[in-house]
Amino acid sequence: MKKSFVGWVLFLVAGLALLAGSFAVEAKTIKIGVIGPMQSIEGRHHWDGATMAAEEINAKGGVQVGKEKMKIELVKADSNEDKNPADAANAMERLMTKDKVDFVVGGFRTEAVLPMQDIAMDYKKIFIGCGAATDSICDRVGKDYDRYKYFFRGTPFKSSYLARTCFAHVGLCAAVIKNELKVPVKVAIVAEKLAWTEGMVKAAQGVIPKMGLELVGTWQPSALATDVTAELSAIQKSGANLIFTIFSGSVGITFARQAGELKIPALQVGINVESQKDGFWEATKGMGNYVLTMNTYARGVEYNELTKPFMDQYINRFKTTPTYTADTYAAIVYSLVPSIEAVGSLDADKIVANLENRTYKVPSGVNKYEKNAEGKPTHDLTWGPGYLTSLGVQWQDGKLVGVWPNKWKATPDAPEVTYKGIIPVKLPPWMKK
Amino acid sequence: MNIIITGLISGSLLALLAIGFSLIFGVARIVNIAHTAFYMVAAYCIYYLSIGLGLNAILSMLIAVAGVTIIGLLAYKLVIDPIREHEAAVLIATIALAMFFQEVVLQLFTGDYRSVDFLIQGFFTIGGNKIFYQQLLTFGVVLVILLVVWFLLMKTRLGLAIRSTAEDREVANLMGMNESRLAMITMGISVALAGITGAVIGPLMVLTPHMWMEPLIIMMAVVVLGGLGSIKGSFIAAYILGFTEALVVFLVPTGAFLKGPVALTTMILVLLIRPEGLFGVAFEEER
Repeated sequence: MKKSFVGWVLFLVAGLALLAGSFAVEAKTIKIGVIGPMQSIEGRHHWDGATMAAEEINAKGGVQVGKEKMKIELVKADSNEDKNPADAANAMERLMTKDKVDFVVGGFRTEAVLPMQDIAMDYKKIFIGCGAATDSICDRVGKDYDRYKYFFRGTPFKSSYLARTCFAHVGLCAAVIKNELKVPVKVAIVAEKLAWTEGMVKAAQGVIPKMGLELVGTWQPSALATDVTAELSAIQKSGANLIFTIFSGSVGITFARQAGELKIPALQVGINVESQKDGFWEATKGMGNYVLTMNTYARGVEYNELTKPFMDQYINRFKTTPTYTADTYAAIVYSLVPSIEAVGSLDADKIVANLENRTYKVPSGVNKYEKNAEGKPTHDLTWGPGYLTSLGVQWQDGKLVGVWPNKWKATPDAPEVTYKGIIPVKLPPWMKK
Repeated sequence: MNIIITGLISGSLLALLAIGFSLIFGVARIVNIAHTAFYMVAAYCIYYLSIGLGLNAILSMLIAVAGVTIIGLLAYKLVIDPIREHEAAVLIATIALAMFFQEVVLQLFTGDYRSVDFLIQGFFTIGGNKIFYQQLLTFGVVLVILLVVWFLLMKTRLGLAIRSTAEDREVANLMGMNESRLAMITMGISVALAGITGAVIGPLMVLTPHMWMEPLIIMMAVVVLGGLGSIKGSFIAAYILGFTEALVVFLVPTGAFLKGPVALTTMILVLLIRPEGLFGVAFEEER
């Protein structure tokens, strides 16, 4: 009798477990692939931003898709693209075929995003790029809309706008050097040799002389260079007092550290992705002081009312300042989910039609998708006052502070822009000797 | 002046890397692709001990060099020695070893870039060029290591045994020398040199688990150019390629990223004229 009772209990438990399992299988979720170099900070922030978004939405019951509430399920894909871009295509293929995701967010290097983009388009899956900046990624959408319409740029805005922003930073720094040191400004361009820097280098070579600044030369070390003392010696010999940097790789740390150690009498401005991270100060042993870079976020700086809650939540949760790749959060919370809810479906074509016509706030400004000269949607992000501008941030004594826009006018007639929390640029003291 | 100073410094760094690699190849005919991985492991050990545990920098370096040497000896005993007679297998096994170390370090320290403190802070100026004291130290260490290696090989019984074994393994065996033990000792010396390289160069570099790959190529170029197994050749070739890199950076600033390819092209050009390298011996099928 006792054995029979135990047997029935076991049978019941097993039956309930099976039933629960079948419910779990049947409960439909929205699968979002998060792709990035997961061993690096960029990929980790891709994942962290997406995690925060999924948790926030799921805590509210999920996404309203028609009459159904659906939870978000994230799938992590390590693209390893910062080390081997070829791995990225395999990771994206896996998301499409094995994991069968509904949407993808992420991507970091252009060289990897282009093939990843093709794969996502083959499967007609919406892919919001959150890392690569090259113009050509969205130019493809404008040129072959039917094929590439499922791609949207999430962050950052395109290279040519990055360049325009950087030139605004160069203008600010040149003015500070002229005002404080009373000397003519000589600019050296130092750019790592990667696809995304090519357009910016050409643009800088054309624009800097037009800004009334002397261009003394261009240096292009490898993105992984471990010693740039030769370049620094040559730059110092050239008399440059402003160095326009374009770095995304580890050379950004090497360059900043060695320039700081050698007290090269020049202010660094431009893009140095490594200097956007909290770990930069430690990685350069404090020698990265006064390095100025473009960045999306800085502690204490607010674009709009969405910035502070996002920053506070992210910093509390992950104990670090978000880099721009953490905008996977905005890609899910403000781009994808409202469009899914608006069309009441996971149908990619319907979501594309909705999303490309929306203008909406994100923690780093306002997203509005562009159209090209022929009026075709490019799904690229609009740049400028009132939309996205990003920030100029500078390391000042161990803290990464916002220094731009500070009374910035995009055109002579445009209104001045200053975000809450912006402070003045500082020159390295050894420039003043 | 710029080119001379930069070339001397770059050459010293290359020489330091190439000597250890050349030693184990010259003595035991082991192409140890994991050589630069050992220097990566040493650099991370120093990072962990000095930054993570807060130990004294010199003590951290000594522990790291000793630790890496033990790891190297274990790797030799467990991975290389059993397949030593098959050169292609050794080559592949050492690649696997390097990848293994890379993945372990990646898991332990993540892919974030890290750095360790200079042993000597600051710089001095010569001819308008700023030189780190750390670079000067590296230059000095290269010279000291060369002297020590030369003394070890030429003035000690161990060195005589190593040279004899390198000359003819079978005859050395017949003369009562334990060839396998000598190879292991040489491996220990070589890995210790890699560890010392990590200790000296580490502060000048950004630490990443992939940091072993880039110097590996240029280091092998140095070794091939100098003549496989020739320590003197490695030393001279290191400076040739160091000066070549400096010339590229100073004369073609926009092509600075090409300094590696140009150095490799120089190597190929020299090999076309002298296939055995600058100081190598022409290999024969059988000794």
